[in-house]
Amino acid sequence: MTLPTPSQTVGPFYGYALPFPGGGDIAPAGHPEALTLHGQVHDGAGEPVPDALLEFWQPSPAGSRAGRPGSLRRDPVTGGFLGRNGVDFTGFGRVATDADGHYVLRTLPPGGVPYLSVCVFARGLLHHLHTRAYLTDHPLFAADPLVRALDPARLGTLEAHPEGERVHRFDIHLQGEKETAFLVFD
Amino acid sequence: MTLTQADVSREIAAERKAYATSDAVRHHPDRGYAPYRSSVLRHPQLPLTVVKDPEAVELSGPVFGVTDVTELDSDLTRQDHGEPLGERITVTGRVLDRDGRPVRGQLVEIWQANASGRYAHQRDQHPAPLDPHFTGVGRCLTDDQGQYAFTTVKPGAYPWGNHLNAWRPAHIHFSLFGTAFTQRLVTQMYFPGDPLLAHDPILQSVTDDAARQRLVAAYDHDLSTPAWSLGYRWDIVLDGPASTWNEEGR
Repeated sequence: MTLPTPSQTVGPFYGYALPFPGGGDIAPAGHPEALTLHGQVHDGAGEPVPDALLEFWQPSPAGSRAGRPGSLRRDPVTGGFLGRNGVDFTGFGRVATDADGHYVLRTLPPGGVPYLSVCVFARGLLHHLHTRAYLTDHPLFAADPLVRALDPARLGTLEAHPEGERVHRFDIHLQGEKETAFLVFD
Repeated sequence: MTLTQADVSREIAAERKAYATSDAVRHHPDRGYAPYRSSVLRHPQLPLTVVKDPEAVELSGPVFGVTDVTELDSDLTRQDHGEPLGERITVTGRVLDRDGRPVRGQLVEIWQANASGRYAHQRDQHPAPLDPHFTGVGRCLTDDQGQYAFTTVKPGAYPWGNHLNAWRPAHIHFSLFGTAFTQRLVTQMYFPGDPLLAHDPILQSVTDDAARQRLVAAYDHDLSTPAWSLGYRWDIVLDGPASTWNEEGR
C-alpha cells in the first residue's frame, strides 16, 4: 500500500487557475427544472470568507454517477472557455466565494439521492472539507441513510432551506456555534 | 507584540514534539495548526461525521476529457507572445491511488508565482516585478500510466503576513482528481534543498517527517534536457477510503 501525499492549503492565489467562467452553471441555460443553491461561507468569528472555493458533485437527474467531460470546455483558438455544451450534464461545478463570502450554483436536481456533494477549500484551511447540501423537499430526503443517522441539530446544518421557487439557501460555517457537519468517508 | 520567526519556529517545534510523543500516524495536516495563523478561525472544532455508505455519491467523481484542456496548457512558458524570465524546468511524475494503481485521464491543475516570487493576482502587491509573459497557470490530463508533465519556470520565494519576516519557500500548487470525489487533493510541491522549508508553518503543518518529505520533489538529472531545462520528479498518491481503493475495477 502506498502512502498518501499530504494536503496543503489552496492559499489565496488560485484565482487565475481554478475558477472558470460558468463554473457554477451546471444546469443548461434556461432549463425549466434548474434549481439555485446559494449561501455564504463563514469563519469561526461569523465573518464571511471571501477566499473560499467550493466544488459540487452530483448524479445526473436520471441518476447516473458516471459524469461527463466538458465542465471546463476550452476554446482552442483563444485558449479561453466556451462553457458547458448544454447537452452533456457534467455533474461538476466550481465556484469561488465573492467579497461577501457568497456563492451561487445553478444545477438540476440530483437523481437517486437528495443531496449535492460539496467540497470546501479556503486560504487558512490546510485540508479541504467534505459536506453535503440536502434538498429537504426532495422525495428521498427522509429515507437517506445519513439523514436518518444524524441527530437533528447536526442534520440542520446540512439542510438547504427552500427560499422561494426552486431556490435553496445553504450556508457553510467552518467553525463556531453553527458549525457545519463535515464528513469523512470510511 | 510582533510575532517573529523565532516565536513561530518554537511553536512548530512544540507541535512536532507533541506529534512524536503521540501514537497516531497522521499523513495530512491537522486543520487547526496554530503556527499557521489563518487556520485558527477556519477549521472545524467538532469531530467529523463518519459516513459508512457504499452508495455514497462521493465514491464516484467528476471526469474530464480532451475538451477541458488545450495543448498549450501544460507549457507555462508558451502561453504568451514572449518567453517568461527564469530558470526553465520540467516537472513530471505519476498520479497513483493508495493501491499504487495509476489514475488515468484525470485533470491536474497547477498554479505558481513567477521567477521573482510574484503571483499574477491583484492581492499580491509586494515589490517584486510581474512578468508580462507569465500567468503561472497550467493544466493537463494524466496519460495511461497516470503520468503528468509540465514545462514552467522555477517559482521564487515570496514574503507573506503570517509573522514578521515570513517567507514562503518556492512551491507549485497542485490540484488533483481521482476516480472518486473522496480522493480529491489540493497540495503544494516544494523544491529540494530550499533553506526556507524548515521555517514555513504551512509545510511544517505536516508534522510527520516522512509525510512532509513526500511534498518535496526530487531533482532528476536524467529529466534535465541539455541546454534547455532542469528536471524534477514528483509522484502523487491520492488518499481515499478503503471502500475506494480496495474495490476492483475502479
